[in-house]
Amino acid sequence: MRRSLHGISRGRRLFAGAEAELVPQARLSGPMPWVIAIMVALTAIALAAGLALGNVVTAATAEIEGGVTVQIIEPRAEVRQAEAERAMKALEATRGIPSVRLVPQSDLDALIEPWLGTGIESATGSAIPVPALIDVRLDGAATPQRIATIQRALAPVAPSARVDAQAGWLRPVFDAIASLQWLAIALVVLLAAALSSAVLLAARSALGVNRDTIEIVHLLGGTDSQIARVFQRSIGVDAAGGGAVGLALALVVILSLGRQFSGLGAGMVDSGALIWTDWLLLAAVPILATLLAMLTARLTVMHALRKML
Amino acid sequence: MSRAAGGEIIQFDNVGLRYGTDREVLSDLSFTLHGGRFYFLTGASGAGKTSLLKMLYLAQRPSRGAIRMFGNDAITLPRRALPTLRRRIGVVFQDFRLVPHLSAFDNVALPLRVAGFAEREIAGPVSDILEWVGLADRVNARPAALSGGEQQRIAIARAVIGRPDMLVADEPTGNVDPDMAEKLMRLFEALNRQGTTVVVATHDFHLLNKATSPLIMRLDRGRLSDPTGALRYPPGSPQ
Repeated sequence: MRRSLHGISRGRRLFAGAEAELVPQARLSGPMPWVIAIMVALTAIALAAGLALGNVVTAATAEIEGGVTVQIIEPRAEVRQAEAERAMKALEATRGIPSVRLVPQSDLDALIEPWLGTGIESATGSAIPVPALIDVRLDGAATPQRIATIQRALAPVAPSARVDAQAGWLRPVFDAIASLQWLAIALVVLLAAALSSAVLLAARSALGVNRDTIEIVHLLGGTDSQIARVFQRSIGVDAAGGGAVGLALALVVILSLGRQFSGLGAGMVDSGALIWTDWLLLAAVPILATLLAMLTARLTVMHALRKML
Repeated sequence: MSRAAGGEIIQFDNVGLRYGTDREVLSDLSFTLHGGRFYFLTGASGAGKTSLLKMLYLAQRPSRGAIRMFGNDAITLPRRALPTLRRRIGVVFQDFRLVPHLSAFDNVALPLRVAGFAEREIAGPVSDILEWVGLADRVNARPAALSGGEQQRIAIARAVIGRPDMLVADEPTGNVDPDMAEKLMRLFEALNRQGTTVVVATHDFHLLNKATSPLIMRLDRGRLSDPTGALRYPPGSPQ
């Protein structure tokens, strides 16, 4: 015995692969990888929804931030036409307006056609008095002050003109989208909390099941960190596997939904397509979930071990 | 590792221990253990032997009094410093306390792995000591597949594999036949000759009779007596 024990050199290293044997892996696993897979899938889907809504808002805001609509609300067609032309000239002469477009009558007819059909004038002898529309682009945001300035400029030449910021019409829509974004963020936070709770319960359960082994390792000189690493590593393996499965599930859902929405061909929906940074964020979800699970496991185990001598 | 024979390695000063609010199971323990000695701790069942041993291997802190171990104040020592101290103490538990899902080899290797030895440094010594305790052919057996005596020997092999400064054994021969008991005693004596302080708790008088000049600490209802002068220095000297 003397010979063999003296044969051990004192070269120390971290308690590496062998420590994983201290606690049977099967006792830590169980349903945990599947719980993590579901959490990661739900988190990734919620995050994708939040990001897509954010993209919608960003694109729409950029599109209509400087947009102003001038309506000439005059039932007499010839007066309406004359006011529209004078308004066009006045707007073109106003500084800070790079683009002015009179919406053609054919476009206006097309807008109401789904409800009223064609040939109204020939059938009834008079056309429906649809307001003339002028689409105005400002070189900056359509603030209330600028709207008032345009209104004043138009008042003498087109008394029937009504000026509206396009952003104002869509404010309730943006507010609703913002609420959905907050909901998505809240879901991500709640799912992270749920994941931490699940890991905490699993780590506590594993600690209870393996209490005797842990006590023995303690009495043999094992440190809290060594024991915590065992659980941390085991949970980490579970979380990484579950996270990969969860992300794959989420990608299937996200891509299917993306394909369905892109088929709608609606401008605002199309602008919600995910960009490459969004995909990177989604790919980070299982990595962050794994780190969160490992941190939770470590803190749980260290806290429990501190109660032992 | 300090193995200075004769030096004071353990000092108990007026130590008492109670569990919860019950009466003290150990009272007024004051003694010193010296390096390189072989002590027997005797006493009837329930006298407090296991409780005293628990304090010796740092599984239990006393309710009162002072304990110094290897020059450290074991009462005020921070938790993070305990593992280092524990690695200097080998323990043979009364109920073996082998890790059930590990093989005999891995159970014996556990202290070395905990201490951070590389795998290549572990295989040789573990195989040698398993051969020494007569279990070379059982390296892959799990504790459940081993008899009580075999588990006892694995527990002893695990306790001595790291060449501790002090070996604490709680009824180490309780589950083995007389031949194996004698063999294990020889193992403890061999370890003691190499400088390890040995403390064996037993009420087996055959074991005591086989020991040469045994130093005996006797516990009686939680109080310590010193029939052989074990706690004097030099041991056995008249007071």
